Amino acid sequence: MSNNEGVVVKVSGPLVVARGLSGARMYEMVRVGNHGLFGEIIEIRGDDYSIQVYEETEGIGPGQPVKRTGEALSVELGPGLIRSIYDGVQRPLDKLNAEYGDFIVRGAESAALDRSVEWVFDPVAKVGDVVQGGDVLGTVQESKLVVHKIMTPPNVSGKVTKIAPVTGNVDTTVAVIETDKGPLNVSMVQRWPVRQPRPVRRKLPPNVPLVTGQRVLDMFFPMAKGGTACVPGPFGSGKTVVQHQLAKWADANIVVYVGCGERGNEMTDVLMEFPELKDPQSGEPLMERTVLIANTSNMPVAAREASVFTGITIAEYFRDMGYSVALMADSTSRWAEAMREMSGRLEEMPGEEGYPAYLGSRIASFYERSGSVICQGSEERPGSLSIIGAVSPPGGDFSEPVVQATLRVVKVFWGLDDKLAFARHFPAINWLTSYSLYLDVVDKWANENLDPKWQERRSRAMAILQREAELEELVRLVGMDALPSEDRLLMQAAKMIREDFLHQNAFDDRDTYTSLPKQFRLLSVILHYYDEARPALAEGAPLSRLLSIEPLEDVSRAKLIPEDDTEAFESLKKRITEAIQALPR
Amino acid sequence: MVTREYSTTKEIIGPLIMVEGVEGITYGELTDIKLADGSTRRGSVLEVNGDRAIVQVFEGTAGLSPRDLTVKFLAKGIELGVSQDMLGRVFDGFGRPIDDGPAIIPEKWLNINGNPMNPYARDYPNEFIQTGISTIDLLNTLVRGQKLPIFSGSGLPHSRMAAQIARQARVLKTGEKFAVVFAAMGITFEESEFFIADFRRTGAIERAVLFMNLADDPAIERIAVPRMALTAAEFLAYEKDMHVLVILTDLTNYCEALREISAARKEVPGRRGYPGYLYTDLSTIYERAGRIKGKSGSITQFPVLTMPEDDKTHPIPDLTGYITEGQIIISRPLHAQGIYPPVDVLPSLSRLKDKGVGAGKTREDHADVMNQLYAAYARGKNAKELAVVLGESALSESDILMVKFADAFEDRFIRQGEDENRTIEESLAIGWDLLAMIPKSELKRVRDAYIEKYYPKKD
Ligand SMILES: Nc1ncnc2c1ncn2[C@@H]1O[C@H](COP(=O)(O)OP(=O)(O)O)[C@@H](O)[C@H]1O
Ligand SMILES: [Mg+2]
Repeated sequence: MSNNEGVVVKVSGPLVVARGLSGARMYEMVRVGNHGLFGEIIEIRGDDYSIQVYEETEGIGPGQPVKRTGEALSVELGPGLIRSIYDGVQRPLDKLNAEYGDFIVRGAESAALDRSVEWVFDPVAKVGDVVQGGDVLGTVQESKLVVHKIMTPPNVSGKVTKIAPVTGNVDTTVAVIETDKGPLNVSMVQRWPVRQPRPVRRKLPPNVPLVTGQRVLDMFFPMAKGGTACVPGPFGSGKTVVQHQLAKWADANIVVYVGCGERGNEMTDVLMEFPELKDPQSGEPLMERTVLIANTSNMPVAAREASVFTGITIAEYFRDMGYSVALMADSTSRWAEAMREMSGRLEEMPGEEGYPAYLGSRIASFYERSGSVICQGSEERPGSLSIIGAVSPPGGDFSEPVVQATLRVVKVFWGLDDKLAFARHFPAINWLTSYSLYLDVVDKWANENLDPKWQERRSRAMAILQREAELEELVRLVGMDALPSEDRLLMQAAKMIREDFLHQNAFDDRDTYTSLPKQFRLLSVILHYYDEARPALAEGAPLSRLLSIEPLEDVSRAKLIPEDDTEAFESLKKRITEAIQALPR
Repeated sequence: MVTREYSTTKEIIGPLIMVEGVEGITYGELTDIKLADGSTRRGSVLEVNGDRAIVQVFEGTAGLSPRDLTVKFLAKGIELGVSQDMLGRVFDGFGRPIDDGPAIIPEKWLNINGNPMNPYARDYPNEFIQTGISTIDLLNTLVRGQKLPIFSGSGLPHSRMAAQIARQARVLKTGEKFAVVFAAMGITFEESEFFIADFRRTGAIERAVLFMNLADDPAIERIAVPRMALTAAEFLAYEKDMHVLVILTDLTNYCEALREISAARKEVPGRRGYPGYLYTDLSTIYERAGRIKGKSGSITQFPVLTMPEDDKTHPIPDLTGYITEGQIIISRPLHAQGIYPPVDVLPSLSRLKDKGVGAGKTREDHADVMNQLYAAYARGKNAKELAVVLGESALSESDILMVKFADAFEDRFIRQGEDENRTIEESLAIGWDLLAMIPKSELKRVRDAYIEKYYPKKD
């Protein structure tokens, strides 16, 4: 027997317990109380159904009704996603603003995809084609940058019996497919339950870099398309700036940015900047490839828990079209805390620091939805979904459960260091502790596609930085003057790598993005200096003069040399050589 | 009609009472609790489970006995009656006037929890506020709509600094309406008198609304105080077009009240006994700062908190720093050196400074000067530490110069008078004066054009 309506028996913050919902399933959506607030069943014990409610529960009490919807928490997928800003359960915040005012009131509702917008559907499939899940039926030009592929829904296959060009809103039927269960009208919109990964044909190991234009990342700790990375750091160390930089400059086709339990103004920042900033690849505004999810810290905590799933499902959908998609989640710690809060209300047995015992597996299954893949469908279409999660450890202590659970699954670790941030060395990524497990594949790719010396230069530069750290220990004990000249020269080279290469100002429009070829040229100039200065020192050139040759001033400004000016780097190298040769021996 | 009055209190645990046999009660409901002696206390429903309701009592449970209580459920949340006439008035932590003024006739009643501002409706804070304090204006620039806390410690002059900011904060524009909303949570009578006297002295009291919960006032009431204050602030900002500066002090006392309730409910504690939802709870206070597109008012927040044991990793400053848009950290060593205001420049930060400075806002060279001062001071401090370990003789010539710079920076830039209201030009001039100690070629963070233009000419 199953019931469509039950009653509230308990309310504790965002958690409501209801009875009389027999037949309801885990993760089914329900409407709670006299206000009809949206909620999701997250635990069933006998006749007690625990529901996390996506809105403030003040005014809800025992005896009020709870209604089933029969559907799991799902998102709408179709044209209109690009340029949108949604809350954690895919309510369009711009529409809510227009309809309900400047504050988010309870019970506010608006369709995720605007039904008043008409799209032009251009068929690709023909009548008579036999199609399966993922096969492209046609396309819609969604934004200047995005051709939206209308695909056969994942679990459908059959023969196309009707398809034609058509203009209409997302609900418009664009094709009819004769399946073994009868004819099926396919529109431009699909619904998909957020907690269930969308299927792919198969996964491949990532082997192409996700170029970010951030020198420390691309050169030393590269990310791969379809890979996973985390950015942990204490507050103020630069997590959000890194995430924003990636959202701006990463060479992905689509960016899904999830602001999960963080500041409202940071989302406003994105909303104001992205329509103005131009994508370096296409020259079009960045907003033309971006979807935003904003469930800020003061918005309901249960919707925050859902926001990460809403974001990843939208990202998977674009991946299915064969795009490279990058998802940023800032911050996964707030997501984990939302889980902890619900778990505490459910009175579950707490694990470490009060987090639920399933924290690790939830985090792992989230990152597992990334990948370089062959998409569903018969055309062997490649696509990728990269995930970059910020982590906000209490007190900056990386040994806490969320950082640790994340490090067990992600392949790239960009560790932010508040000491560097205090010294205003940005991005404050600690080059001694960070790592990328994609280093080898990216080196290989760069050696083949950019310069055969890529790997050699990169590893020499890193060796210099590591040696510097050892020497610094020594300097602390005996002072700089006690170091041999060769070591002092190395300290100089290391300083140049730090200040003239690694240091990158996100807020300077000339410095905020550097292409890979320019990164290579810049690093090469610094190494060139070291390579010329070393033999000169051995031949007796005075160290103090070597450390202060005039062209070094220009090296310190070389990061601002325009992208297309390759000549400037060559002439700088020449001047370095000449200046060193001119020194007395 | 169900009865909404019950004399069925069964348990009293810490600041909570448990009422049984209730019906039709909802989460968050306000209650009146009548005692045998005819006095009443206020409470609100924290949980309702079947016919049992858990109520937190704002005035605490001292002296209560279960059998003597009549609990009346009022079918609404906690509300504040707001009106423009609140300006110039003093209220208790529950929004009741405690000065000798007339009763406030509310224009409307607002639920003190407010609603979250739609991120889409926000306007980005980018309007420079001049506080007259160099370490803030030049290095940690405050903008309208920002939330910038002071992280202090016991015995440090955070109150003097907060008062100075309230007194001096200006926008470089005229003809706008200002207000100050001040919320005291568990501070001493003396501290609160200091603020009130200062507001009186400068006439600021006329455009101030004060909510007072002092050290000997009920602790649990502190949960309501910041929400009362912010509800008044939202009304003044968004319905009366005022620019509101909200000073909340001391958030540490607020968090302790929250911990007390959590402990009484036997919740699984997070770090150091504070509840796992402390971050979320604090964000519902701090995120009420901001600006709204199309509205001329704004809310700028200056929360003050004392770090237990001066520990920045303590959950209260830590979670605050994760929510607010920077932090001004007060330094005990600088204070001991007799430097006021003792701002610890290096770990202090205003995250919104980049949007509030530059040509047309402050001055074109502002960002470069700021970066250079930081870098130089950081180097000087480093060199000083080195000198402590290795002795002065181990320092290179340029290190010695940087040590001198750091000392001069603390003495002339950080140090200023309590009534010294520096314009941004004055702060920049001091900055350039100090930078002139360093050879031009070392000023790598400043553009050549600005060095040309602003580097003091030596004659
Ligand atoms: N790459 C960068 N370039 C310049 N400034 C930066 C950079 N990264 C961080 N910052 C500075 O650090 C501040 C804090 O960074 P943010 O990303 O907000 O920290 P978090 O998210 O870790 O708390 C920023 O407001 C900015 O002033
Ligand atoms: Mg951040």
